Amino acid sequence: MSSESRVVRGRVGKERSLQRWAAENPLAVLAGVFVLLFLVTSAIQPGFFSVSGVRNTLLQAAPLGILAAAQTVLMLTGGIDLSVTMIATGAAYVAANQSPNGAAIAILMGLLVGLIVGSMNGVGVAIFRVNPLIMTLAMSSILLGLFTAWTQTVLAGSTQVAPFIRMLGGGSWMGSVPYSVVVWGGVAIALIWLLRRSGWGRLIYAIGDNETAARLAGVRVWQVRLSAYMLSGVLSAIAGILLAGRTGAVDLQLAGAFLLPSVAAAVIGGTSIFGGMGGYSGTILGALILSVLNSLLTFLNVGQAIQQMVYGSIVLALAWGYASLTRRS
Amino acid sequence: MNQSQVLLATQGVAKAYGPVVALRGVDMTVRRGEIHALLGANGAGKSTLVKILAGVQPADAGKVYVEGRTVQFHTPADAIAAGIATVFQDPALIPDLTVAHNLRLSRIDEAKFQAWLERFGLGKLDLGALVRELPLETLRIVDLARAAARAPHVLLLDEITAALTADQAERVFDLLTEWRAQGKSAVLITHRLAEVMRICDQATILRDGRNVAELVTAEVDEHQLVEAMLGASVEPMLKTTQDATATRRFGETALEVRGLTDRHHVRGVSFAVRSGEILGLVALEGQGQDRLFDLLSGARRPAAGEILVAGKPCRFHSPYDAVRRGVVLVPGDRLIALLPNQSVHHNLALPLFNHLRRWLRIPADERPRVQRAIERLSIDVRAASQVRRLSGGNQQKVVLGRWLVSGFRTLLCFDPTRGIDIQTKREIYALLRELAAQGAAIVLYTSELAEISLVCDRALIMHDGRIVDEQDAATATESSLLKAAHGLEVGV
Repeated sequence: MSSESRVVRGRVGKERSLQRWAAENPLAVLAGVFVLLFLVTSAIQPGFFSVSGVRNTLLQAAPLGILAAAQTVLMLTGGIDLSVTMIATGAAYVAANQSPNGAAIAILMGLLVGLIVGSMNGVGVAIFRVNPLIMTLAMSSILLGLFTAWTQTVLAGSTQVAPFIRMLGGGSWMGSVPYSVVVWGGVAIALIWLLRRSGWGRLIYAIGDNETAARLAGVRVWQVRLSAYMLSGVLSAIAGILLAGRTGAVDLQLAGAFLLPSVAAAVIGGTSIFGGMGGYSGTILGALILSVLNSLLTFLNVGQAIQQMVYGSIVLALAWGYASLTRRS
Repeated sequence: MNQSQVLLATQGVAKAYGPVVALRGVDMTVRRGEIHALLGANGAGKSTLVKILAGVQPADAGKVYVEGRTVQFHTPADAIAAGIATVFQDPALIPDLTVAHNLRLSRIDEAKFQAWLERFGLGKLDLGALVRELPLETLRIVDLARAAARAPHVLLLDEITAALTADQAERVFDLLTEWRAQGKSAVLITHRLAEVMRICDQATILRDGRNVAELVTAEVDEHQLVEAMLGASVEPMLKTTQDATATRRFGETALEVRGLTDRHHVRGVSFAVRSGEILGLVALEGQGQDRLFDLLSGARRPAAGEILVAGKPCRFHSPYDAVRRGVVLVPGDRLIALLPNQSVHHNLALPLFNHLRRWLRIPADERPRVQRAIERLSIDVRAASQVRRLSGGNQQKVVLGRWLVSGFRTLLCFDPTRGIDIQTKREIYALLRELAAQGAAIVLYTSELAEISLVCDRALIMHDGRIVDEQDAATATESSLLKAAHGLEVGV
C-alpha cells in the first residue's frame, strides 16, 4: 500500500513540476504550440514543410506581427488602438500616391501619416482623457470616410506603387529571406530593447500597472501615453507600406482583416489587456501561430464559415490556456 | 439590571482581518430609551463593531443579542429585520442613481422618507437628482432619513455629525431625544466629546479592540473620557531613536506653507519645516489632513495660499512639480504607490525615469543605487519578482525606498506605520531619524500618538481643517495631544 501511494505521489509530483515549468516558461509552451500547428499543417499539405512553406508563413506573419507590435505597446499601458488597420491603409494610399516622387519620399510620407494620426489619437487619450476604445474607433471611422472620399482625387494612383516598395513588401533576399521579414526583425529587436532596456519601457509598464503610482513618483503620464500612440501610428504605417508593396495595389480593404488578429496575437502572447504585464516576444509567437493557423484552415478546404468558427474557437482556447497557465504561478 | 431593559447587547465579539486583530472581545449593553456613545481613538475598533452590528461582516466569535435573543446577521437585511438601522461613515448610496432609485432599491416608503427629510429641513430636495451630484452633508441626511424611515428600534450612527452644519446637527439631536422618549435607542460614534456630554446617557469606550470602560456621562467630564480612551498605561514603547535628541541641529527652512486653503477641508494652514527636523501632525480622522498632504504633494491644487520650497514660492500643478523640487510623498495607502506586478527593483527605480532625458538611457548607477536602498531598508527580496507578493511591511519599505534611490529634500509621510508589524515599525522610525540627521526635512502624519514623542521634534495638531495647536514633542503626552485633537483647551 505504501509503495502504491508513493508511486501515485511521484506521478502527481511530476505533473506538478511540469505544470510549474510551463507556468514559468510560457514562451516555450507557445513555441511548442507553434511547432505542433506547423507539423499538423505539413501533414495535411505535404508541400508546406519546406523553405517556401516557412517563407510564406513568415511573409504572412510580418505585417500582422508589426501591427501586433503597436497593439502590444498600447495594451501594456492599459490602452488599445482600433485604428491600426485604417492607419496602415492610409499610409499605403499615401505611399502609392507619392510613388512617382521616388520610393524614399513615398515611404517617408507614409510614415508621416502614421505619426500624425497616432499623435491625434495620443492627444485625445492622453490629454483629453478620451477612452482609448472610443478614441481609436472614432478615428478609424473618420479615416475610412476620408479615404473613401479621396480615393479618386487626393489619393489617386493606388496601383502605381514604387518598385522598391514592391520589393520590400513581396521580394526576398537571395530568393529565400523575405525583405518584409527583415523589416519585422528590425522592428522586433528595437521594440524588445526599448521595452526591456530603456527608461521609456519601464514607464510603459509602470503606467499600465498603476497609473496613480507612476504619477505620484513624478512621472508625467500624458507624455508616456502620447509617445505610445505616436509609436503605434508609425508601426501601423510600416505595416501598411509593406502590405502595399506585397499586393502592388491599394484598396480600402487592404489591412482590414488584420485588426482583430493584431489584438489576438498580443493576447495569445501573454500581454494583459489591463496593462502592465506581457512583452513583445510572446506577441511574435502569437503572430506566427495565427499565420500558421490561417494556412492550416485554408488547406483544410472546409469553407469560409467553418474556417471562421474554428479560428475564433482556437484563439479563445489559446488565450484562455495562457491565462490559466500563468495565473497558477 | 433588569434584562427586559436591554435592547441590544454584545458579548465577547471578536474580529480579525488576516493578521490584523480589529476586535478582541467587546461587551456592550444598550438599554431601552438610551443614547449610547461608542468612543475610542483611531483604530480602536469602533467601525468594525458597527459593521458587525449592521450585518455587513460576520464576527469571528462572540454573540449579539437583540431584546434578549441571540441573533446572527448574515446580511445587512438581517440586521434591518431585527430592528437595527445603520448610517455608515460614508454614504451607502449608489452615486449613479437618483435618490428615488436608491430608495426603491432599499424598499423604502417614499412618503415616510419625505416626512423625515422635512424634519431635517430638506423637504425641497429633488428626489430625481443623481446622488453623485449632491453635496456630502445632504447625502448624510438622506442616509439618516432612510434609516429613520425604517422605524428601527436601534439607530447606529457612525460619525453622523462630521459632515453636518451646526443647524443640521441640532435637528439630528432633536430627533434622537424624541426617539429616546419613545423608548427607542441609538448608538452614536463621534469624535466630538461635547456632543457626548450633551446628549448621550452612557458611553462605552474601546481601546485596542476591547471595551475598557463603561461610563455614565453625567458622572464624568471630557478629560476623563479622553483618559479612558488612552488608558493609564500606554504600552511601553520602543526606545530606539529618542536617545539622540540632545544633539539635534536644524538647518534652513525646507518647506513652508502660508494660509494654505482648499475649498472645504483645509482652512488657512501655515507652518514651516526645517531640514533635519521631523514635524509631526496629529489629527482625528477626517480633519483635512489627507487633503493637506494632497496639496503639499501636488496631487491637488490649493484654492488659496502659498507653498515655498527653500524660500521660493512654487506652484505644484502635479506631483511632478513637487518631486522635481524635492518634495516627495509616502501616501497613506501604500497600494496606490506600488506597481503590483513589477519587480522590487523596478518599483524602487521608478522615480529615476520621471524626466524625458532618462527615456532612452538607464543611468549606469541605477543598479547600485537600488541595491543600496534594498540593503539599507533590509527589504526581503525572496519574492522580489512581483511587489504584490511582498508582506505589507516590505511593501511599505519599497514605497519609502523609492525616494532613497532618487534622492529628496522634504519627505511627506502619511501614517507610514499603519497596519505594519512592530519590527518593521521600529526600522521605519530609525530610518526616519537617520534621514533627518542627514539633513532631510520630514512631515509625518501619524494616527499613533506614541509616535510623536518617539520620532518627532515638534507636533502640530489639526482640527477641522485648521492647525489649532503646536506642542514640543519632548513634553507632549498622548493625553495632551488627544485633547488638543478634540479641539479642547490644553492645560485644563
